[in-house]
Amino acid sequence: MTATHTAAPAEDTEVRTAPRETAAPRRPLLDGRRLRTAGFHLSAAALSALWLLPIVLVLVTSTRTFDDIAAHGVGSMPHSFSLDGFRQAWVDGGQQRALVNSMLVTLPTVAISLGLASMAAFALSRYDLPLRRVLLLLMLGGNLLPPQILLIPVSRLSEVLGIYDRLYALIGVQVGFGVGFYVFVLHGFMRAIPGEIQQAAVIDGAGPWQIYWRIILPLARPALAALTALSFTWIFNDLLWAITVLRTDSQMPVTASLIGLQGQYVSMWNVIAAGSVIAAAPTVAVFLRFQRHFVAGLNLGAVK
Amino acid sequence: MALTGSARRSRATRVPPVVLAFVLVPLLAEGFWVFWPALQGFYLSLTSWDGLAAPKFIGLGNYSEMLHDAVFRTAAVNTVLWLLLFGGLSAALGLGTAMLLQKERRGIGFYRAALFLPVVFSLVATALVWQAMYQPDGLINNVLGAVGLGGWKHAWLADQDTAFYAVIVPALWRQVGYVMVLYLAGLKGIDPVLYEAAKVDGATRWQQFRHITLPQLRSVNAVVLSVIVIDSLRSFDVVWALTRGGPYHSSELLSTYMYSTAFQSLRLGYGSALAVVIFLLAFGVIVSYLVRAFREAD
Repeated sequence: MTATHTAAPAEDTEVRTAPRETAAPRRPLLDGRRLRTAGFHLSAAALSALWLLPIVLVLVTSTRTFDDIAAHGVGSMPHSFSLDGFRQAWVDGGQQRALVNSMLVTLPTVAISLGLASMAAFALSRYDLPLRRVLLLLMLGGNLLPPQILLIPVSRLSEVLGIYDRLYALIGVQVGFGVGFYVFVLHGFMRAIPGEIQQAAVIDGAGPWQIYWRIILPLARPALAALTALSFTWIFNDLLWAITVLRTDSQMPVTASLIGLQGQYVSMWNVIAAGSVIAAAPTVAVFLRFQRHFVAGLNLGAVK
Repeated sequence: MALTGSARRSRATRVPPVVLAFVLVPLLAEGFWVFWPALQGFYLSLTSWDGLAAPKFIGLGNYSEMLHDAVFRTAAVNTVLWLLLFGGLSAALGLGTAMLLQKERRGIGFYRAALFLPVVFSLVATALVWQAMYQPDGLINNVLGAVGLGGWKHAWLADQDTAFYAVIVPALWRQVGYVMVLYLAGLKGIDPVLYEAAKVDGATRWQQFRHITLPQLRSVNAVVLSVIVIDSLRSFDVVWALTRGGPYHSSELLSTYMYSTAFQSLRLGYGSALAVVIFLLAFGVIVSYLVRAFREAD
């Protein structure tokens, strides 16, 4: 239970600041204070509108017809409504297959990397392994490398293994490259779980596998949830690894296929916008559903 | 923390074999896909290789070629400029928005989510969204025309003078929310008593910011700095999707130049050498990140 608090700092502070907020209206409302509140909402709303504008624009563009865009320009107000752009991107543009490819890569990669990372983090944080700190930093260091140094050897490696242009290659390199960071984050989290819990389990005759599976992993759930939300978007949004180990259009995940769409439907902005909406929808859904985990995950990864 | 530390030390020193396997399997996976390829990458930077014949060892030949390569110079200057502009602005805007949106009040969740939403988009999708806005008949030119600045209209991505900056803006749009979240967490960690004491002493807003907020955010600043440098040097997708480094290499970064050299010109040795330069630029930050991680892992 102690573990939950570290992953959800947002909730703690809300509770802490709440009394100050409720105390304020009891005082007579000063004009200056009201003015400042109005000023805050005005500037914050303007900023939000500015930030959301491109998103609104892409949604609007995706529902216009090509004739409308050709006649009035891509930046004009809409004069039409049609879902034809979505149909073209989804069927003719290959976004459907690309989305399936993305899922075929993303879901196993998230599962395998977090599975492997939680094992390593468990071993490194709960046992006196020789050189554990060195191993931990070595693994983290691998993740910090600029991917460019790996691109040529990795594409050659997948050719030698006979998995070049196969989704397995993408899964392999994504797991290998990402695992170090997840180990580091999970290690920091698991280290904070009290040793007594584990000792009690040892006395009851539990082996390392049972301790890992039945005790530590359930306690690490907040960190795992945060990393799942985060790694899903990272892996789903990747372009560089995909175009390094894949070649055929029919194998490409949705990000790379979006670049193909851009070349194939030049100036058909309704199709390109629809493709972008399709490509962004899964990660936006994950974000809206797991917003708290997502934000917690970004902060978990930050080394102080 | 001290409790866990002592508990760990009193535990049996013999490590069960399955625990060793727990570490070795992920380590081997990373070794296979990261460490081994990285070593090859360093070696390949000393060779001339077209991907077909065997790599030919040429010592530091690739590096001396860089000295006379005008495109490399452009890409290196652009990368440093990108680091400063993209990095500096995303840190400043991230801190600014975090300060604006730090207090819990009505509507704050919406404002934060609005700024954060682009973070979950892929850089490719981000690029395409902005590409539509940058079109000659796109929103940006229309707005300029509507407010009487028609003379500022541009083919933003096709003009050598504007392409680089036109590519930075979408990258910033996506990064600011991320930095904001890091600073929000940092601001929450500052003890409110410090501000109350400063107010009693009659400190102005600016003095409070200068002498409390900034010093208290020192550790977050270090985090943001590493995140920004590592992200900057990795920036590839957004440039690739918008300009491919053009026109005439005006928006070329080392990362895009490396990719096109290696996979389009098939000069794999020279491409590896460019990758090593990127690594050297990132090296300092990686080491300082690891040093902080080392202290934290204690």
